[in-house]
Amino acid sequence: MVKQPVESAVNGKIRCDACPVMCYIADGRSGACDRYANIAGELIRVDPLTVIENTATAGGKVVPFMPGQADNEWDGDIVHAGTPFVTAVGAGTTYPDYKPAPFIVSQTHDGIDMVTVVTEGIFSYCGAKVKIDTDRFIGPEAAAVRVEGEPVGHVTTGEYGSQMLSLGGVHHLTGGSKKEGRITCEALMRLCNRERVEMTVDGGAALSLQAGRPPVIDGVEESRMRVGCGSATIGMFARQWRDMVDEGVVVDDHITGVLSEHQAGKLLGIPPTGIRIRGRRSTPGRYFQVAAPGTGWGGTDISDPLAILGDFDPKAAYPGLRLLMVSTTGEQYGYYILDEDLKPQLQTTLPAPVLESVGIVAENCEPAMVSVLFIGGAGGSLRAGVTTNPVRLTRSVKAALTHVSCGGAPAYVWPGGGITVMVDVTQMPTNSFGYVPTPAIVAPIEFTMRLEDYRALGGHMEAIVPVERAVALAERHIAPITASPWPTAGRNFKWGA
Amino acid sequence: MTGPVAAYLDGHADGRLHLQHGPIDLVIGLDGSRDGAPAPERETALRAHAFAMARRRFQSVLDELVGELPLLKMPVTATSPVPEGAIARRMHHAVLPFAAEHFITPMAAVAGAVADEMLAAMLSGLAPDERPARLYVNNGGDIALHLGPGAGYRIAIAREDGADLGAFAIDAGSPVRGIATSGRGGRSLSLGIADAVTVLAATAAEADAAASIVANGVDLPGHPAVERRPARSVVDGSDLGDLPVVTGLGRLDDDTVAEALDAGADRAETLRRRGLIDRAALFLRGQGRIVAPAASPALPKPETGHHA
Repeated sequence: MVKQPVESAVNGKIRCDACPVMCYIADGRSGACDRYANIAGELIRVDPLTVIENTATAGGKVVPFMPGQADNEWDGDIVHAGTPFVTAVGAGTTYPDYKPAPFIVSQTHDGIDMVTVVTEGIFSYCGAKVKIDTDRFIGPEAAAVRVEGEPVGHVTTGEYGSQMLSLGGVHHLTGGSKKEGRITCEALMRLCNRERVEMTVDGGAALSLQAGRPPVIDGVEESRMRVGCGSATIGMFARQWRDMVDEGVVVDDHITGVLSEHQAGKLLGIPPTGIRIRGRRSTPGRYFQVAAPGTGWGGTDISDPLAILGDFDPKAAYPGLRLLMVSTTGEQYGYYILDEDLKPQLQTTLPAPVLESVGIVAENCEPAMVSVLFIGGAGGSLRAGVTTNPVRLTRSVKAALTHVSCGGAPAYVWPGGGITVMVDVTQMPTNSFGYVPTPAIVAPIEFTMRLEDYRALGGHMEAIVPVERAVALAERHIAPITASPWPTAGRNFKWGA
Repeated sequence: MTGPVAAYLDGHADGRLHLQHGPIDLVIGLDGSRDGAPAPERETALRAHAFAMARRRFQSVLDELVGELPLLKMPVTATSPVPEGAIARRMHHAVLPFAAEHFITPMAAVAGAVADEMLAAMLSGLAPDERPARLYVNNGGDIALHLGPGAGYRIAIAREDGADLGAFAIDAGSPVRGIATSGRGGRSLSLGIADAVTVLAATAAEADAAASIVANGVDLPGHPAVERRPARSVVDGSDLGDLPVVTGLGRLDDDTVAEALDAGADRAETLRRRGLIDRAALFLRGQGRIVAPAASPALPKPETGHHA
């Protein structure tokens, strides 16, 4: 099911503008085509099965009808060249799944009869793990994350260079107030459909997050993710800098690194420079808390890096000493030479190798992104849509005889019991997610296996249709999104590995 | 708003063509160039040409119908204005013979009329001597047919659960070029209780209109097992207005089923004698009736084995 925008409504009926018939559809009814329905005031496309075409030329989408073309230009064959894979996006669901899944599709791949069971699962146990590429403080660990004031999740343990959120889950969806459940469900759906969602962290920042886009934190868009902390950057660049400068400082909100004091500098025989850093020394060449967090150099609040330096020690320092200061993202840098009074003087012209080296720091910083992984568990009833004996599906998945995908994107299946899957929403067709008022998220899930394996696990053999028939019903034909193996490829399976 | 879309079925350009726009789904197939012996290149070229004609014609089909929709949803009487569009006129003329005795709107023939028009558009682009052996437009079960000399077409009738109800064979010598099925299943509403009524007539539009009339005649007026509700409470804006359409059917004993089928068969026989249809097959709850010319060479097997 896919929600469509509704332009107008009259007397509780919504107007469908999908085709020239422009049906007015009352709640609970479908239009003349039976493809679009009004469900609780929202226009829902009820059958847009999405088919992914494995062709180089398929530009995606349904091929538009092209009148007036010369006959020999007719190349509207959207099914012709490609190997289709039927996804569960728009397949509909049979909740509570006591009957076969909406589409059980057979096709051959390299001569092996494959079966793909596609269904849109209703997930009340589900959520999103959100990775925000930033070193900025977004809020204390375990702090509540709120959308429109309702708690929808929390800040979880951070990862390297990234802050992490854990959103959704059954307690927010169905364990709290009705409003909490509704808001959580909607936020999850929008986030997973790659829409932008605004949220706040208790005791932390205001976040504006969209999968595949840079995060916006307290109104500031994050552009780069640091290559490493200041100390790590020193380790990476020590050898280059040894021949260019006498001292290097990498300014970082977390750990600021100093070349001559750092283990890497020592190993390279770089002599002491008498530099003094204002901050709490951790181990040699590594300083915590050189400044407060902010949007300045390396995630600190400073705009002039010299602010973190004390006076140079005259016993080691000397006039003419060359000092490079750079932020962990390479976005800010300064090249200084000590004058007669051992004061660093900013140089307006930089030696080419120094400039190049700073460029490499920046180049090694990846663009900051928000990534969203949908996580959900295929419950017993969903599995019953696949087989008459649901636990056999679990075993088949664990035994790598059954490949699980969500909207054609490969899903990571967690070890342990049940079928708990995690999938990158940016690898899935757009608008793959929907919801039911329970509230719960509707997400596509496909199980692919050999025909004989499907029979062995008690599959609904009578419900299998050839792939051409499902393709004929498809409303959406898209090009592959992911570079991962085609869902029916043998290498996805134990027998093909 | 999405426009018409086209796709090949069967996985290749020599497969059938699927055209869809809004509520219209057409499957178009072409087999056999005419000279008997298989000439694959010629057949492929013929198919490409016919399909090009089809998609060109299809481009405006839905818009033409929508433009006259209010008129097409009005009951037809002898004095009703004739609509302007080519498809709308086919609809009007197909339902007109029933207007004196029955409530009917041109929409009763919309599926068949679209199929006829699409078939005509393809044939108009082919010289008589280059027409294929078989060309058909299947509009959701309502089929317009072209048959070259010696060609035939078989139509199998299945219940919604897939049970085989029988088959009709049509050969080029028969006047039949249209097939339509009506009943409680499927997309349209029915005033009767038939599981399915399949009608063979000269055109798909005529078959479509007649199938509705015959299916409505398979009925048990006032019988408590038949649930009815005003059409508009079932489908918004239905052309059937407040007429009671069948929304449920309880248990019926065999004699009652036979009674309902006989009523429908009588109506079909009347239409056959008036020359409006060639033959019809009526099905309800495991029983069937055939209405056909005497000494009909191709009878379906009456359905007796399956009980729902």
